[in-house]
Amino acid sequence: MSFKEEFARYSWDTVKEAIYAKTSADVERALTAPKRTLDDFMALVSPAAAGYLEPMAKLSRQLTRKRFGNTIQMYVPLYLSNECTNICTYCGFSLDNKVRRRTLTDSEILQEVDVIKSMGYEHVLLVTGEANQTVHVEYFKRVLERIRPHFAQVSMEVQPLDRDEYEELIPLGLHSVLVYQETYHQDDYRKHHPKGKKANFNYRLETPDRLGQAGIHKMGLGVLIGLEDWRTDSFFTALHLNYLEKTYWQTRYSLSFPRLRPFSGGLEPKVEMNDRELVQLICAYRIFNEEVELSLSTRESEKFRNHCIQLGVTSISAGSKTNPGGYAVEPESLEQFEISDERSPAEIAQMIREAGYEPVWKDWDASLILND
Amino acid sequence: MLTIADKTFQSRLFTGTGKFSSAAVMEEALLASGSELVTVALRRVDVHDADDDILSHLTHGHIHLLPNTSGVRTAKEAVFAAQLAREALETNWLKLEIHPDPKYLMPDPIETLKATEELAKLGFVILPYIHADPVLCKRLEEAGASAVMPLGSPIGSNKGLKTIDFLEIIIEQSKVPVVVDAGIGAPSDAAKAMEIGADAVLVNTAIAVAGNPVAMAEAFKLAVQSGRMAYEARIGSKGNLAVASSPLTAFLDEL
Repeated sequence: MSFKEEFARYSWDTVKEAIYAKTSADVERALTAPKRTLDDFMALVSPAAAGYLEPMAKLSRQLTRKRFGNTIQMYVPLYLSNECTNICTYCGFSLDNKVRRRTLTDSEILQEVDVIKSMGYEHVLLVTGEANQTVHVEYFKRVLERIRPHFAQVSMEVQPLDRDEYEELIPLGLHSVLVYQETYHQDDYRKHHPKGKKANFNYRLETPDRLGQAGIHKMGLGVLIGLEDWRTDSFFTALHLNYLEKTYWQTRYSLSFPRLRPFSGGLEPKVEMNDRELVQLICAYRIFNEEVELSLSTRESEKFRNHCIQLGVTSISAGSKTNPGGYAVEPESLEQFEISDERSPAEIAQMIREAGYEPVWKDWDASLILND
Repeated sequence: MLTIADKTFQSRLFTGTGKFSSAAVMEEALLASGSELVTVALRRVDVHDADDDILSHLTHGHIHLLPNTSGVRTAKEAVFAAQLAREALETNWLKLEIHPDPKYLMPDPIETLKATEELAKLGFVILPYIHADPVLCKRLEEAGASAVMPLGSPIGSNKGLKTIDFLEIIIEQSKVPVVVDAGIGAPSDAAKAMEIGADAVLVNTAIAVAGNPVAMAEAFKLAVQSGRMAYEARIGSKGNLAVASSPLTAFLDEL
């Protein structure tokens, strides 16, 4: 049994219809319920909830403060490679995109690490494309061994791996893995991923199961907003989260909600999501699940991020580079996507403090994962 | 005065260091609380950094550190983390918390008991965080725990003493101090815990996320003091012992 079976019980169109049929009475019931169900979540992401943004924001902020206190977690991505054998219509690293490919060597990684450390980071997110000939589990093992002494917490956003590969990486200090489904709409998924291993929808869909079975401490889910109807895609994300929490109860979870960003020659979003709608989604996730971590990257603008940290978001990045070598080795190379908030980590930390929160750089310890 | 292992405490309010809006606010609140035992998560501090933001705000003569093992999921991980904490923070005191469930942070009774047995052999002063389970508390006591820390309700929930009936049994039976930990949301909850005879309470979220953490810390200090005074003064019983109009035992006088 995996999420595939649970997923098969739902039809995209039926879910979408149900969401769009929600009324203000459904929204009010969801807002006042002591425990919220998936049905309540549908109401909270529905068009009917648009008029309830302020009470949703108030509730979301209150629930977030109770669980996470007055703190915001800080992390930063470290792009190791832009080699990729997949075609993804929306990504700067897509196989058919003419960019110079680079995979960082050990010494280059350490140069990047120096810069990241000097910014104050203790939590690093390792990012790659998918190039199984060069950027494979042996490469990751070597990288983890090099990186681990420098950081309290190491996360990864790389190609989906097999369970036994995760089991090899976790004892080397791998704390969390992010794997976004991009969209739960199968036909649309096929359209956006015509070539490469990523074209296999089900292998990706079952990745969180493999991570849970391998005993990962934390995993991150999400969809790329702009590919399909965001309300329906978010429902499936919530469904996935619910299934995973019950099945792999020793793992903690985080959600991201990246909106499609432009890159040279890339796809325009099919479905636009405006700022009000993104706030609605953030609050809906929080009201639905009081414990899940919500993460917001530098894709979003300064002003938007300044406010979102007070509405439910619990972790953010700052000073990010989305190109391999971007911090020190080759700052001018092509980025995966354009970032929007270009403030330094120190400026972001200052903003967080001024908002009445403590920026948390360290919330894990390398010694908490035993290497045996 | 409360004694746990080799230490005596004037204050029966223990506190935590998480969720504060800044280290400065945390320090001020902890000073206002009068707390002498403050728990610190190994995961949150950099034990190799003398200027660590949390640790550098806790250097007061009356404040003892109580490292905790938050983040571990097994006894084995807990024992390893405990040894690191002992070495780095120079204390053999330990709040043993093993909650493999990251959603509700429910403590694992089996792993906690195993770790307590191990750590007792290694000379730790162990304060295990556990569910309000009277039998488990006795088992932990036998395994060498120096106090037990049963929960009032889930961590961070502010729901108060949902487990009160079991806490009363634990307090009645325990030979080691009982510290009610987790879920205490308001000073009245803390006072109640003290009134039923808890030896101390541990409060973090309710202080850290209060509108005014410093004032709330003081409110908890007073509530704990007043609850303890009430306990020592013996609260009058609530039962209705009014004399019935036709006494059942009046016939005895006639015999």
